[in-house]
Amino acid sequence: MTLEELCHHLPLEVQAGPARLGTEVTGGYASDLLSCVMAQAQEGQVWVTLQSHPNIVAVASLVNLAGIIITEGMKPDAATIEKAEEQGVPILTTELTTFTVVGRLFELGVRGVDDTSA
Amino acid sequence: MPQITRLQELVYELKISEVMTKDVVTVGPETSMAELQEILRERRISGAPVFADGELLGMISIEDLIKALAAGEMDNAVGDKMAPDPVSLRSADPVVLAVDRFSQYGFGRFPVVDDDGKLVGILTQGDITRGLLKKLEVEYHEEEVRRYRASHIFEDVVSDRTSIFLQYDVVARDFDRAGETASKIKRALTRLGFSPQIVRRAAIAAYEAEMNIIIHADQGGEMVVDVQPEQIIMRAVDTGPGIPDIERAMQPGFSTAPEWIREMGFGAGMGLANIQRCTDEMRLESPLGTRTFLEAVIFLDEGLR
Repeated sequence: MTLEELCHHLPLEVQAGPARLGTEVTGGYASDLLSCVMAQAQEGQVWVTLQSHPNIVAVASLVNLAGIIITEGMKPDAATIEKAEEQGVPILTTELTTFTVVGRLFELGVRGVDDTSA
Repeated sequence: MPQITRLQELVYELKISEVMTKDVVTVGPETSMAELQEILRERRISGAPVFADGELLGMISIEDLIKALAAGEMDNAVGDKMAPDPVSLRSADPVVLAVDRFSQYGFGRFPVVDDDGKLVGILTQGDITRGLLKKLEVEYHEEEVRRYRASHIFEDVVSDRTSIFLQYDVVARDFDRAGETASKIKRALTRLGFSPQIVRRAAIAAYEAEMNIIIHADQGGEMVVDVQPEQIIMRAVDTGPGIPDIERAMQPGFSTAPEWIREMGFGAGMGLANIQRCTDEMRLESPLGTRTFLEAVIFLDEGLR
């Protein structure tokens, strides 16, 4: 499943990195604590968070995430978008809560790295 | 959405002036078609701008010549047979504009003028293809040279102890630029040819060390990455306030970061634990609780290349 396909299934708005929407999503991770993301999120995963400041781009780029979904209607500021375009990190936003987004992703087959049920 | 290829990027990056033919052969309007035939044959070109008194009057091409030949009008003047009021391109415009013009008009060539309208070159589709290929070849060659140098540097340099030192200044409380040092370290290690796993571990450790300085050190600090053939040593040093209880600070979840910093998702109390997890050795000192010295080492068994 690519980010672009996720956009067809979820109400997501592309804020940055439209050229990288073809990236394959290998799984998912959700947290608002950046250190946890650095520790746990794996390359190619989509990260669900309600943080929207520029540092999320640095985090996503350092661990090579497929993209960031910002929830609950939070919008990244201009600095965040600029950084994301610069580093080629797709940012998607949605009005949905983190819980709902993760649930929908799970329904679409996106799994966490520690999930052994599927 | 498909990825944009390097070729597509180049079409936007390259200027018409970089790919056009600068040595332009022009003809006067009074030149006969028979004379034109000789010029085209001798210079091995397929067309030319028609010029009189420094003014561009039109374009004459091999197609016009063939028509004249068929109609037995080889004695006619170029001025009668040319395509008048030529469309010209500007040398400072990107090549993509020229590509558009070629498909729009179906012409074989365009005269190129500078900002003052002076003729500076001529452009065919062949020029564009050649220009793009040349640029790609140069880039490929540069990349080859760079890759070779980076990955073989430790083999090429003979010494008793080889180190590459990367030094970075980290500014206190600069959350807008937070992560930049770690990004630079990641890029540098990638360029030096380390495996993605090694780069990832070093990048995570560097990020956490950088964040600690940004969040806690009043005067900021310095980070040094010492790259050696068999290990990467990362040092982060600041001038205070120091860590009163190191054992406690090492515990995952223990944080002294103020509330406003935690709201941004920093200061989760995971930083030091993350560094320890990602590196093979870690040493943390905070003598007299005044300054903090962190050293973390990643061993390179088969990490390099």
